[in-house]
Amino acid sequence: MLAFDVDKIRQDFPILQVKVQGKPLVYLDNAASTQKPKQIIQRLSEFYSTEYSSVHRGIHRLSEQATENFEKSREKIRRFLNAKQVSEIVFVRGTTEAINLVAQTYGRRYIQSSDEIIISHMEHHANIVPWQLLCEATGAKLRIIPINDDGELIFEKYVELLNKKTKLVALCHVSNTLGTINPIKQVIVLAHANNIPVLIDGAQAVAHQRVDVQDLDCDFYCFSGHKLFAPTGIGVLYGKQHLFESMPPYQGGGNMITEVRLEKSSFREAPYKFEAGTPHIAGVIGLGAAIDYLDQFNFSAIQAYEKELLDYAMSQLTALPGLQVIGTAKEKVAILNFIVHDNLGKRIHGHDISDILNSEVGVAVRAGQHCTMPLLQRFQVDSTVRASLAFYNTKHDIDQLIQGIQIVQTLFNK
Amino acid sequence: MSELRELYQEMILDHGRHPRNCCVIPHANRQAQGFNQLCGDQLTLYLETGDNRIKNIGFTGSGCAISMASASLMSETLKGKTEQEANLFFQFFHSLLTNAEAKTTTIVGFEKLAVFSGVRLYPARVKCATLAWHTLQAALNQRKEMISTE
Repeated sequence: MLAFDVDKIRQDFPILQVKVQGKPLVYLDNAASTQKPKQIIQRLSEFYSTEYSSVHRGIHRLSEQATENFEKSREKIRRFLNAKQVSEIVFVRGTTEAINLVAQTYGRRYIQSSDEIIISHMEHHANIVPWQLLCEATGAKLRIIPINDDGELIFEKYVELLNKKTKLVALCHVSNTLGTINPIKQVIVLAHANNIPVLIDGAQAVAHQRVDVQDLDCDFYCFSGHKLFAPTGIGVLYGKQHLFESMPPYQGGGNMITEVRLEKSSFREAPYKFEAGTPHIAGVIGLGAAIDYLDQFNFSAIQAYEKELLDYAMSQLTALPGLQVIGTAKEKVAILNFIVHDNLGKRIHGHDISDILNSEVGVAVRAGQHCTMPLLQRFQVDSTVRASLAFYNTKHDIDQLIQGIQIVQTLFNK
Repeated sequence: MSELRELYQEMILDHGRHPRNCCVIPHANRQAQGFNQLCGDQLTLYLETGDNRIKNIGFTGSGCAISMASASLMSETLKGKTEQEANLFFQFFHSLLTNAEAKTTTIVGFEKLAVFSGVRLYPARVKCATLAWHTLQAALNQRKEMISTE
């Protein structure tokens, strides 16, 4: 086993020491949002207490300093993703806004009624609805890559879908419901051979593996800060420079203009072209601090540890009678989605399970459709339970989950 | 665990597992849908009303044991009742779920619904228990929109 001091890491996260309804918190909802280390909480507090000012506007010292730190964060993210330049890093509210931005700027300019956009059946609503809206507005068609019963992309079908009308491929790096890690590099290579750009939704990937946009050669990559141990309300859209240059602005307002006349205004270059108004300054500072925090870790060590947790969780879950895991891809992150039956084969609803897990063993999971209604329809289930792990979870957390499920079954079994 | 058993009483588990009147009824003249998106409880309620009475009642749907048992017990309790009685039962049901001091034992026909008293200890489940009832209100008042108790 690789040396990975999870107990020391847990000490960094104040909320993991807290009791919720009298029980120690077992937080297994990291795919929804991640907890924050004290280093980030302190950095935010320090920023607001001693450094806060507006950015890109003032010439007073505090503003200059805040602007400098703001742009330093942008550079940290550039380095984090291995982007070529800082102008390729745009701050948005989150992954959802990033995808909407591309749909409404790149999409509106380049997608026409005879065109097609390819997504997969496992996408989060954030990577479905913006494209539906775009297709409705332009008359373009949405094509769907099917997935197999293990929750893996059927690559041959993707190949078949690619044609002269395809103008964009949008795909998740990791599925928030299944945990599947998609073969995005191969998807991109094939798309590029046909001159088709690719947008990757990286929301579920960035906390669990190193992302190198040069290696991937993706055209757009986006993620949310709050799924990377950083504050909510901040996210990143990476885009290749030449694409950003060709895209019209997203929102209009201050900061994204060079000159405003009543007749007409002119706009700045990327990234500022896409950053109208006062940004979430503290969010950007917090995101930079999150990357500083993660810099102390080797991502391979994180991956190896999470793989161990995943294997342990799978072995424990599949040993329970009447439990079925949904999402059994060969390559996946530590997301476990499952349904449970009682001893007579009757399904126990996800809401009952998650509520009992919460009240009896202090385990926080998510039940429902996980913002992936089409995916759950494909698996013919209406409500599943999802436990999603991060590098501060432990085998004991998984033991608590198992104990909770056993309580559920004891209650429901005849 | 004992509080949990208060919530998931045998009758609730039974009705949750085998809901009564869980079907489309033949001469329905009122219909409404309820859907709690966050947890996935959903149901379509069918009513046959006439002479101010609920002559027949049925529902289809899927959801947690609390929501299904509530729809099931509601349908058993309200069949044959007047619309005014249905409204009264709804008020007392809501009171039972939220108010520890609620006295509902004096209402004839309410006895079975008293099994939901355990929901008081789990306020987050009030919305599950009341989904069918709010959907009933929508059906009686012929409201078209999808009902949610979230």
